[in-house]
Amino acid sequence: MRTNKLIIQTPEGICLAQQLAGPVTRFLAFAIDLAAICLISSLIAQVLLLTAIVNPDLALAARTVCYFIVTVGYSILLEWFLRGQTLGKRVLKIRVVDAEGLRLRPTQIVIRNLLRLVDLLPAFYAVGGICCVLSPKFQRLGDFAANTVVIYAVPEKIPDLELLFSGTLNSLRSHSHLAAQLRKSISPGEARLALEAVVRRDGLEPNSRLELFRQLADYLRPVAPFPEESLTGLTDEQYVRNIVDLIYRPMVGR
Amino acid sequence: MIVDLKKFIARERATWEELDEMLKRVENQTITHLTLDEVQRLHYLYERTGAGLIKISTFAAEPNLVRSLESLLIRAYAEMQDVPSRTDTWSPRRWLFRTFPQTFRKHFRFFLAALALTILGGLFGGGAVAFDPDAKAAIAPFPHLLENPSQRVKEEESKPNQMLATAKGRFSAVLMTNNTQVSILALALGVTWGIGTLILLFYNGVILGAVIFDYVRAGQSVFLMGWLLPHGVVEIPAILIAGQAGLLLGQALIGWNSKESVSQRLRSIAGSLVTLISGAALLLIWAGLVEAFLSQYHEPILPYQFKIAFGLIELVTLLAFLIFAGREPAPAVGSSVA
Repeated sequence: MRTNKLIIQTPEGICLAQQLAGPVTRFLAFAIDLAAICLISSLIAQVLLLTAIVNPDLALAARTVCYFIVTVGYSILLEWFLRGQTLGKRVLKIRVVDAEGLRLRPTQIVIRNLLRLVDLLPAFYAVGGICCVLSPKFQRLGDFAANTVVIYAVPEKIPDLELLFSGTLNSLRSHSHLAAQLRKSISPGEARLALEAVVRRDGLEPNSRLELFRQLADYLRPVAPFPEESLTGLTDEQYVRNIVDLIYRPMVGR
Repeated sequence: MIVDLKKFIARERATWEELDEMLKRVENQTITHLTLDEVQRLHYLYERTGAGLIKISTFAAEPNLVRSLESLLIRAYAEMQDVPSRTDTWSPRRWLFRTFPQTFRKHFRFFLAALALTILGGLFGGGAVAFDPDAKAAIAPFPHLLENPSQRVKEEESKPNQMLATAKGRFSAVLMTNNTQVSILALALGVTWGIGTLILLFYNGVILGAVIFDYVRAGQSVFLMGWLLPHGVVEIPAILIAGQAGLLLGQALIGWNSKESVSQRLRSIAGSLVTLISGAALLLIWAGLVEAFLSQYHEPILPYQFKIAFGLIELVTLLAFLIFAGREPAPAVGSSVA
């Protein structure tokens, strides 16, 4: 079953999930790498052009060998030294990792890159692209043989709740018994939904933002029946933010 | 129950930061050896972070924090579950004189299969040219192989190749890179359960068989040996070794007589595949140099006897290397544990 996630179950029973990179992102990364390979090859060719004055045969031989080494070695060397990333992968924030969560070994990097030759067949990455689309883990043949996958490598920062709620007065905090009832009755899923809405609110379209917080406020009001006077003047968004503040920062102000 | 997220983060942050710092040092190989205390500490931090993740996923499920801890734990898991021999420094000498020949012998049956298939292809190619002279045009990949062998020998011996006089280096580089590409393809096609590798080896055999038969029939056996032996005795085994790697990959995918999963089988042969293809590439560099600087020169510049002798010496040396290099000395009689 396709989940778009790499799920690793550790012996300790912890389930770890990582977002898999899809074929389009990977193709864009490949396009950037292709451009980089062309650039590096042409730079080397320009440098070797100077040596042609001394020995044209040697310069042409060196150019042929260098082009081959750059084509084959670019991804191998970069993925080796940048821990699963090439320039293209770094730009698109994706990374090659072991499919079972183990340390990525140099042999895996070599195999996945050598097998690119088959993935490129018959042209324009057709075999690799089709395999990637059909595979549950978005693996091309090289990934399959090397037991690797490509994941998103965006480092998540630990959220700073102080910053999220700083400079705001929570008018609901004075009703401590209702706040306690709210924490008891709300489910983790509902709380998470509200928190995520607050965290992501700046990235929403104005109309979507209004609509989302209206729906959330309508949903949360029966769960936490605060007195009307403490809700006066609160927009839906302020109401949801105050609710989230009460849930996740219960000890503030005590 | 919902976790007081602020309090939880404040309490656990130091643990996460210490784990992150420790992992950075291990990943960047700032430290190659962890002391027992450090290993115990790493394990403690890993378990505590894991426990925190379970708690946060169950009772708070703050998505960014969950993802952050998952990413941290995956890194820790990789380091703790899989510690390859980072302490062993890779030695080119040890790899060349021990690892490569040992790996070749370990998977010798796949080399034999590649050889048998090439010979089969050779017999087919020779037979095709013998029974249908027009087959040569369909089989031969290069225009100079289409010429009448006797005519070509006459031309080569009367008029040395002028192009080579000024382009030996480039010719050699082209041969090396092309042959290495073919070798990589022979390995990579193993991913088609070995079928692609089988076809490639058979096709190589067909070309070789057709050329050999054509020259032998024309009475040009000596020229043929002088032309092919110096580079062929290295180039052909190199392609066969790449085919050996391809067939090994195919067998790992099919998994005959194996109770391991596909990923386990692939993991166990990964080192052998890289060793075999690297060895093949190394041989092809030598073959490319010999082909450009020696094979293309014929009598009267270079006597055929010299070229044939050179090729035979190379063959014996290569065989001796692959058969005997890196063999562990047999234990002395009576030295066994009582």
